Amino acid sequence: MDDALLDKLEILADAAKYDASCASSGAKRRTGGPDGIGSTTGAGICHAYTPDGRCVSLLKILLTNYCLFDCAYCINRRSSNVRRARFSVDEVVRLTLGFYKRNCIEGLFLSSGIIRSPDHTMEQLMLVARTLRRDHGFAGYIHLKTIPEASPWLIEQAGLWADRLSINLELASDRSLKEFAPEKDGTAIKAVMGQVGERITEAKEEKRRFSPAGQSTQMIVGADASTDLSVLETSDTLYRRYGLRRVYYSAFSPIPEASSALPAKPPPLQRENRLYQADWLLRYYGFTVEEIAAGGEGGMLDLGIDPKLAWALKNRERFPVDVNSADREMLLRVPGLGARAVDKIVEARRHTTLRLEDVARLSSGLKRARAFLIAADHHPGGLTDRADLRQRLVAPPKQLSLF
Amino acid sequence: MHRVDLKDGADLDGFRRALRGLVALGVEPGEVVWSVGATPSLFGDDATLPADAPPVSLPRPVGALIENVVCHRDPERYALLHRLVWRVLRGERDMLDHHADPLVHRLALLDKAVRRDLHKMHAFLRFHEVRDPDGTERYVAWFEPDHFIVEATAPFFVERFESLVWTILTPVGSLHWDRRSLTVGPAALRPEGLDRDDRFAEGWQRYYESTFNPARVNPTAMRAEMPRKYWANLPEAAAIPAMIRSAPARVQAMIEAEAAAPRRRNPDKAVAAMARQEPVTLAELNRIILAADPLVPGATQAVPGEGPEGAAIAIVGEQPGDQEDLEGRPFVGPAGQLLTRALEEAGIERSAAYLTNAVKHFKFVARGKRRLHQSPTAGEVKHYRWWLMKELSFVRPRLVVTLGATAALALTGRSVVGPAGTRADGVRRLGKASSPSTRPTCCACRPARGRKQAYRDFVADLRRAREGGGRGGLTASTGMIEYSMRSSHDRDRTS
Ligand code: SF4
Repeated sequence: MDDALLDKLEILADAAKYDASCASSGAKRRTGGPDGIGSTTGAGICHAYTPDGRCVSLLKILLTNYCLFDCAYCINRRSSNVRRARFSVDEVVRLTLGFYKRNCIEGLFLSSGIIRSPDHTMEQLMLVARTLRRDHGFAGYIHLKTIPEASPWLIEQAGLWADRLSINLELASDRSLKEFAPEKDGTAIKAVMGQVGERITEAKEEKRRFSPAGQSTQMIVGADASTDLSVLETSDTLYRRYGLRRVYYSAFSPIPEASSALPAKPPPLQRENRLYQADWLLRYYGFTVEEIAAGGEGGMLDLGIDPKLAWALKNRERFPVDVNSADREMLLRVPGLGARAVDKIVEARRHTTLRLEDVARLSSGLKRARAFLIAADHHPGGLTDRADLRQRLVAPPKQLSLF
Repeated sequence: MHRVDLKDGADLDGFRRALRGLVALGVEPGEVVWSVGATPSLFGDDATLPADAPPVSLPRPVGALIENVVCHRDPERYALLHRLVWRVLRGERDMLDHHADPLVHRLALLDKAVRRDLHKMHAFLRFHEVRDPDGTERYVAWFEPDHFIVEATAPFFVERFESLVWTILTPVGSLHWDRRSLTVGPAALRPEGLDRDDRFAEGWQRYYESTFNPARVNPTAMRAEMPRKYWANLPEAAAIPAMIRSAPARVQAMIEAEAAAPRRRNPDKAVAAMARQEPVTLAELNRIILAADPLVPGATQAVPGEGPEGAAIAIVGEQPGDQEDLEGRPFVGPAGQLLTRALEEAGIERSAAYLTNAVKHFKFVARGKRRLHQSPTAGEVKHYRWWLMKELSFVRPRLVVTLGATAALALTGRSVVGPAGTRADGVRRLGKASSPSTRPTCCACRPARGRKQAYRDFVADLRRAREGGGRGGLTASTGMIEYSMRSSHDRDRTS
């Protein structure tokens, strides 16, 4: 690796870091064998964490940060004055293999600014994946960003080699998209999601490989006026209609070379965090978008407490819940109890009548849960309905408190 | 009282042997002293335990838990496991589901700690490249795990780096893989100067610094997942303090910086040119098709369509066959010859028609020397659909004759089933190629007389196609689609 390549790496990693998706999960178990290199484990591995608390799992880079588009929220838009660079297909392959062999990464996350044409760009991305897989027997993880403006056949080829495809929606509403990303077209993006979704389902049924870890997308929050409600409604549609695996939320972050069209303000990190929690409730806890939104005010989530607690505080008549008899659905709604803890409770109570100390062994969120739970030796009494319950439960704010 | 001496580290074999003996004698957990790593007692293993006691049968999750927990550093681990096994064998077979039980809970914590340690070693171990004098690349790593997990991590590294030669050194044991076999070695000392001259190590650090977003600095979250104790062996971690220190100033600078006017020249022309990306001629499209990889596996090459642009009739088959695959031209195999004959009989000159296939690659299974045709799946057909539609948009035929269900599916996006309940899926799963009716019509399964009839029907269909009619009176397996640009999507009509 020479100095020039190091410089490019720096530029093109810097340019890619605003994409929140880094997961290397969801791929089927696979190994490269004696002639190839690498493996996928299913759950994915974070090989490092940067001081922003984010996981480094894939080599996340752009093929190039030259771009013909002019999306206001993006550091690589054509009107920005950032330093530009461009990798060759071969350079990306070399970097990926070099870092992989040193056990620094699970694989590659490759995106790109749009150069020459969407088709040309998409083809280069596809060629990187193809070279890794076909010429080097690379069995690690590959996440390719799809260029929605590219021809369908290219996207179909990309799916042959990638573990995951993603297309960023970036902004929840078509109107914002038109305003901030003039060359992009919300309808076209969704059409491609539909196409990819269909191919993934068919391939699964026919037991073929096509983007086996599904597709994902990202939405930027805080750059436009979209409410949390409208963001979550969009996510809900994406999950249901296009079978997306994940929607990532990326708090709009001040960027060097910011466009004057956008607010230069510190990122609403807590908002992003609350959206992830809400997304979780949507997918694994049986909540609807309306229920989640009703926990906040005016379509915005409560930034001070997590959305499950917010919902519970507004629906106190449904509590307390008996840990020894309530059904799983209702236990999932108890603040402080995660899905894993609930499953353990359901299993454990077949053997014994649970007391509070038993619950404490099963869940780390008991402090919060006790106001909403009845156990063999515990009843919250009037606690559930106390006006100051919220104050009592809110701990000093902690980043990424999981519930 | 029984005394069991086990080796230092994770002595799974020793524990298993002892456990078998203890179970065979019915020794209660309270009557055993487990001693680990001490100088072996004068008499070696407890001589009172039978050496060849039979295996103990345990539920699978219990076995898995034991394998993990023996790796833990906790000196009580063996005693705890013995208590677990004792209770399981006394009737509490699904005891592990009893998550609130204090013993189960304690063991679950040990299990979790070991799993976390395994995971962190998979994640944070870094290999350094060492070039041998003869030029072979070798990889060496130094890691300090919390528990006795070195052997337990071996399958992961062997699987992932099977094709490399590598060595993992730790204070509690080492592993060496030579691309064929694994050697487990003794504890090692930290080697000196591992990352000397490794540009990739330098590149990795640069990458790590660049992928960090100073506007989101959150060292607490970082340390929760990557505690300080790992930093010493992570080359990139050296940069962490400076990254955190400089973050606020970097963000402030970004916020204060006035949005600058773009320096670059107006790229309108390039932006306009960008829209012209689709192939504009058939030849260009064919170049793309030829260069692309098969979406169904196996083929030698893609087989593009053949015939004049502007042909009145386009004939779409399922996919190239064995011979087509070798020659790279459509309809040259036995079935193709049959089609040529049928066309002739119907008064259509082969060279005047446009011949192509719904799927451009041959799909087969190898049976000895023979390659047996396999029908493409509906999903595979759809992968190729865009090319087919594009192709027809250049040829602009008046009529498209689809041979079999696959072609019909490709063109209409719907599957078409023949009236007699036979799925009309054409070409190659038919009988012997010499028999006339094996070609385009659908009827491999029909008796010989039926085949002849089918062939006659097919010729009649083609004749009707030549005469420009398509509606009514067609047989099940030949579809005709009036082709127009407007109908190039799902709105087509099949007969
Ligand atoms: S297309 Fe838009 S979001 Fe993507 S790199 Fe170009 S400017 Fe950025």
